[in-house]
Amino acid sequence: MALAKRSFDAVVVGAGGAGLRAALQLSESGLSVAVLSKVFPTRSHTVAAQGGIGAALGNMDEDSWLWHMYDTVKGSDWLGDQDAIEFMCREAPKLVYELEHFGMPFDRNENGTVYQRPFGGHSQNFGERPVQRSCCAADRTGHAMLHTLYQRNVRAHTQFFVEWMALDLVRDSSGQVLGVTALEMETGEVMILNARATLFATGGAGRIFWSTTNAFICTGDGLGMAARAGIPLEDMEFWQFHPTGVAGAGVLITEGVRGEGGYLLNKNGERFMERYAPNLKDLASRDIVSRAMATEIKEGRGAGPHGDYLLLKLDHLGPEVIDKRLPGIREISKKFANIDPVKDPIPVVPTVHYMMGGIPANYLGEVVVPQGGNPEAVVPGFYAAGECACASVHGANRLGTNSLTDLLVFGKAAAESMIKFLKENPGRKDLPKDAAERTLSRLARLDNQKNGESVAEVATEMRRTMQSHCGVFRFPDTLAEGVKKIRGIADRASRTQIKDKSRVFNTARLEALELDNLVEVARASMVSAEARKESRGAHDRSDQYKDGDRLEYKPVHMKPLTARTIEPKVRTY
Amino acid sequence: MTDVEMNRLRWRCRRGRLENELVLERFLDAYGAQLEGERLAALKALLDYNDDDLWSLVSGRRECGDPALGEVVQLLRRC
Ligand SMILES: Cc1cc2nc3c(=O)[nH]c(=O)nc-3n(C[C@H](O)[C@H](O)[C@H](O)COP(=O)(O)OP(=O)(O)OC[C@H]3O[C@@H](n4cnc5c(N)ncnc54)[C@H](O)[C@@H]3O)c2cc1C
Repeated sequence: MALAKRSFDAVVVGAGGAGLRAALQLSESGLSVAVLSKVFPTRSHTVAAQGGIGAALGNMDEDSWLWHMYDTVKGSDWLGDQDAIEFMCREAPKLVYELEHFGMPFDRNENGTVYQRPFGGHSQNFGERPVQRSCCAADRTGHAMLHTLYQRNVRAHTQFFVEWMALDLVRDSSGQVLGVTALEMETGEVMILNARATLFATGGAGRIFWSTTNAFICTGDGLGMAARAGIPLEDMEFWQFHPTGVAGAGVLITEGVRGEGGYLLNKNGERFMERYAPNLKDLASRDIVSRAMATEIKEGRGAGPHGDYLLLKLDHLGPEVIDKRLPGIREISKKFANIDPVKDPIPVVPTVHYMMGGIPANYLGEVVVPQGGNPEAVVPGFYAAGECACASVHGANRLGTNSLTDLLVFGKAAAESMIKFLKENPGRKDLPKDAAERTLSRLARLDNQKNGESVAEVATEMRRTMQSHCGVFRFPDTLAEGVKKIRGIADRASRTQIKDKSRVFNTARLEALELDNLVEVARASMVSAEARKESRGAHDRSDQYKDGDRLEYKPVHMKPLTARTIEPKVRTY
Repeated sequence: MTDVEMNRLRWRCRRGRLENELVLERFLDAYGAQLEGERLAALKALLDYNDDDLWSLVSGRRECGDPALGEVVQLLRRC
């Protein structure tokens, strides 16, 4: 069947912070740009970011990009690429000022400079003491950033395809990427969006877990599409558990609360972080705090009737500070935990929050794959940025505020690389005859499936399995069992069936297609977690391991661009 | 409401913020089947709000200036 086709210079899949920053660069350079999004752009998940953007502006205390780099490398447990990290930390201040000039309403100091708040894992002078590095707009930094970028894109005439879902990558026999297939929800029509350069900025995939801070839309579509097109994913075992998700609901309580002076208590009223991280205490990096919390719960010091959560205390800050600096926190606590934090502590648990792994990319935003002897051969025409990509700056653990930094820096860098690629490669390659083959056969399979599986049931089983086999603490036997289970679940997902076969706005079909992506991500995560026989950052295994066991399929770049290598050492905070 | 309309509505209850999604999900489970007329129109209007403004209304941080939306806002607050 021949599909309708539309052609652009660049196609960007995703209209969150990364997609919009990239699209702006592309549109302003005069290219024809199509941006696809499953939801209206300003409803992308970036809108939920509260804490801020990490950049060493030095507005509060002395700061330098080198210290930011050190904190990021250390936070990553030395699994981040030091060239990419240097690039990000050096570029960050420029990108923040750019955003300021685009009209981003940052909080201000009395002297007019951008206000910066303290955040976990950020320090002065190579770990000596906390530094205020997070540029914020109250508790609505992501909202302000996304709206600012969207407005700029409207001005630059970026073309948006809203409520369109990209389904698969189009690659030719040489491996070059030539666009995507996509489904328009309103009509149910499938089309080829042909592009000379394609960027994935599809965000995270927290919905593979039972309990997550992520919105429903975070289904890892970009990763699913890449994996189906033969592109291996990187670092998928590293999932960040945010220390403070509201127990039971998943909703995030920003680290900003601890930045402003809130702290964690166990059921005995003990400020236990003093034992685990004597220097930075509650502001130690996320994996350390989450692990400390999981340990407290495991050892019977959790609060509540089932001893399964801890308490985040902030009443001592007083209503004025809470209302001024952390206004959203009160409403969230009232709605989802039934308490007012001005009086009572908030029940919290470590909750899945961020995917450190993703589509392997270099610091220029180019997607790379192993090919011949080269572990990092560039895939022509294909780029990735933001949470769906692994640049890799977060390594085994991301520092708070570094994702928004990543979106801005690598969104722009990927766009610059695309612009260069398009200049050097004028003209348009022919689409292969089977360009839409994978998509059409997936859709036909779904429509014709008999005696199949329920999408909701398979999704539930996947989430339960990820939660119980791939949590904060990981054990070799449960991981091995998890791999078996998740393979079985993937098998079931290949036999899903939907009752409703209609075309217009068929959400059952959309959810089945999303499940295909979720399952790719879940399987990659479980298999990688089983394979990595060491504890590192967010990946914590109970078994002993030897140095030689280290999983090495893509060498870590230890050499920065200009700075000196930050040598590995044991992480303490 | 037709199935298509309901599907479209459910999809638009996918938001950038999980807080809004959880409340809207509870709302649709409780009232979705009988949604029509003014209530339906009010919900649609609220779904056009950005996530931050919607959450301000739902969480009670802000009052709703538009009397036509008041009833649904109250229901959302109780969900
Ligand atoms: C509650 C919360 C608070 C956070 N706070 C902070 C913070 O303070 N600082 C920080 O640095 N980080 C924070 N993070 C992390 C950060 O917000 C995210 O990592 C980041 O916003 C992801 O941005 P993105 O542009 O990669 O993707 P998103 O903003 O998630 O956007 C993804 C886009 O892709 C589109 N899309 C996906 N699949 C498809 C498809 N198949 N077809 C078409 N379109 C598709 C979506 O419609 C959407 O437009 C927070 C995360 C959460 C959950």
